[in-house]
Amino acid sequence: MSSPELAEPDTRETGGLAQPMGRPIRGPRALDESWSRFWHLSYNIARSEFKLKFFGSALGYLWQVVRPLLLFGVLYVFFVEVFHVDKAKGAASAHYGAQLLGSIVLFTLFGEATSGAVRSVVDREGLVRKIQFPRLAIPISVVLLALFNLGLNLVVVMIFAAIEGVRPTLSWLELPLIILMLTVLATGVAMLLSALFVRFRDISPIWEVVSQVLFYSSPVIIPAEAVREELAHGSFNHFLYHVYTLNPLVAIFQQFRHAMINRSTLSAGQIMGSWVALLEPMALVAAIIVIGFWVFNRAASHIAEDL
Amino acid sequence: MSPQTPDPTLPALAAQGVHKRFKIPEERSHTLKERALHPLRRTRHESLYALKDISFSVAPGEFFGIVGRNGSGKSTLLKCLAGIYATDQGKIWCNGRMSTFIELGVGFNPDLAAFDNVALNGIMLGLSPREARARYERVIEFAELEDFQDLKLKNYSSGMHVRLAFSVAIQVDADILLIDEVLAVGDAAFQQKCFDVFNRMREEGRTIVFVTHDMGAVTRFCHRAMLLERGEMVSIGDPRDVADRYLETAFGREVGYHDPDVGSARMGDGVARVTDVWLGDDLSVRRSVAPQSEALTLKALVTFNSEVVDPAVSITLLNEHRQPVVVATTTEELEETGPFMPGERAVFAFSFHNMLAPGRYHTILTVTHRGDGVDVIDRFAGGLSFVVTGLAASGGMVEIPVETEVSRLGAVPPGEIQPAGDSR
Repeated sequence: MSSPELAEPDTRETGGLAQPMGRPIRGPRALDESWSRFWHLSYNIARSEFKLKFFGSALGYLWQVVRPLLLFGVLYVFFVEVFHVDKAKGAASAHYGAQLLGSIVLFTLFGEATSGAVRSVVDREGLVRKIQFPRLAIPISVVLLALFNLGLNLVVVMIFAAIEGVRPTLSWLELPLIILMLTVLATGVAMLLSALFVRFRDISPIWEVVSQVLFYSSPVIIPAEAVREELAHGSFNHFLYHVYTLNPLVAIFQQFRHAMINRSTLSAGQIMGSWVALLEPMALVAAIIVIGFWVFNRAASHIAEDL
Repeated sequence: MSPQTPDPTLPALAAQGVHKRFKIPEERSHTLKERALHPLRRTRHESLYALKDISFSVAPGEFFGIVGRNGSGKSTLLKCLAGIYATDQGKIWCNGRMSTFIELGVGFNPDLAAFDNVALNGIMLGLSPREARARYERVIEFAELEDFQDLKLKNYSSGMHVRLAFSVAIQVDADILLIDEVLAVGDAAFQQKCFDVFNRMREEGRTIVFVTHDMGAVTRFCHRAMLLERGEMVSIGDPRDVADRYLETAFGREVGYHDPDVGSARMGDGVARVTDVWLGDDLSVRRSVAPQSEALTLKALVTFNSEVVDPAVSITLLNEHRQPVVVATTTEELEETGPFMPGERAVFAFSFHNMLAPGRYHTILTVTHRGDGVDVIDRFAGGLSFVVTGLAASGGMVEIPVETEVSRLGAVPPGEIQPAGDSR
């Protein structure tokens, strides 16, 4: 069955302006037309990774829970039993243990999503070079995996909080919003890092350092109240405090402590000075996700060649 | 099942003026430090044109082959068609659901069992999770892995692995399939199974674009084929023509190939010398490929140093195994070639219809004095080596057209049965 009627399309005749002949193939994208495929892919990659962790080791998922707990244990012994960071702040220091564990678990989501994303695209080279699919599914699957882990870890936090005597309040309804903000931030950073790592392999050690800095400069161990008190006077201290509050993790973690564990702690708005000032870190989150997507989207078309 | 019903009036796949260029940095600066230390030094790029102005279209239901040597750009073209690489110029359209098999089992995870891998792979190939799960039974059945479903993939043998991957791939109900030498893997039985599946798909009217080196597969399956060379489309059309052209380009570049085994030791009294041997009618167009079932002419230039009367020139063609396949002498037709003067040159031509089996051939030219050919003037071995291209390769040394016939004689009358071997 040779088909003589199928003449080769002549580019000269149409002056290169071809009439559309079906669905155009545009090359790889961060996202394509089919949102459902993007979602199924991201979700199922994350799910199989989750399964692997679950079945991969003898104690299975226990390790996922043990890790933040272990970190919590060490920090708790040092900062509470030895240095009594919790005693100074009066009412805000109640349930300090639950505050600490909750913040650690939230930071674990951020850390897993971002550090895991760094190598993600490069490690899935086989997929990227062999299959057409929305490239964004790779970093998004890393974020989803971190979210699955967060779900499990939050159960532990809740049990711990209950034991410490934390009682449910209406403000618990803020939890989805807090996690959403954190996830948006982590997604933005994840997209940025995974795209940049393809060309700049230094991103990996750099991000390790930055990640450490973020851990200690966010209200995980040292509550924001203590920082505010310490930097209350002097214009330079004001400036430092401003820089401190720019970090979106400060508002997110502090609001988690306020809404979930202890109403006496300062809310994100109080930490910022006013709710309007909260727009600053939120604008930063928005900027990070926009820049992250922009960078990833630009890189997506040639990631397969740059690997 | 497919998300959009293909429009039968449009080509299944069309490419127009596709260019693809790869930038190859001369020094790859991978780290920020290198960039920071040399901020002004721009990475120099060398551009490699992988595809140059490729335009073609594939009709719905067509089995289309893309052939070419290594590095000719055929895999790049397939990746552009599949949307894995972005093109630098030009447009590509497709009609219907497309699925790509550049490698089998992409994304298979060795630590997961068959079910999870089938589901994940199916989703990657474009199925919805429900579709992927619904196909699981069929996939396992086709792969003949019913007894091994619960094993992790890492415990599969490589054969089982390939079988599973292939059956996932073919369960994807795509209208257009892009296949890149998937068949290079697996044993002969599995390859046959693959071909059976492709034949079935062909009959079902699916459109298949197939990249391969295997000219046998191209001529057996493809309706049309395209030959790429250094990123350019050199030929498109009938698969036989394209396959011939491919073999010609694949071997034709090795002009001047000299086989040391044949040797070039000259012997004889040196009254005359064979100064050149070539293939083809014209000395200016030196060919090194002789297509099957066409006229083949070999010529030898002989320079005479002294006067010789009625010399005989003979040519021997050796195949790759050093077996003489053809021996031809001028004395068979011309008993007397006449006298040749000192300083005279003459061309002796040998022509025959090429019925040689495909492969490489070497020549031995011998010039002898009149007589029975033992009085050697010059023996020149290894002067020419050429390749016979063609698709008739029965396994014999030559491909002689053979007519076969069966005459039915009916049953043997009783009493006429003779014991074998006693036919006097």
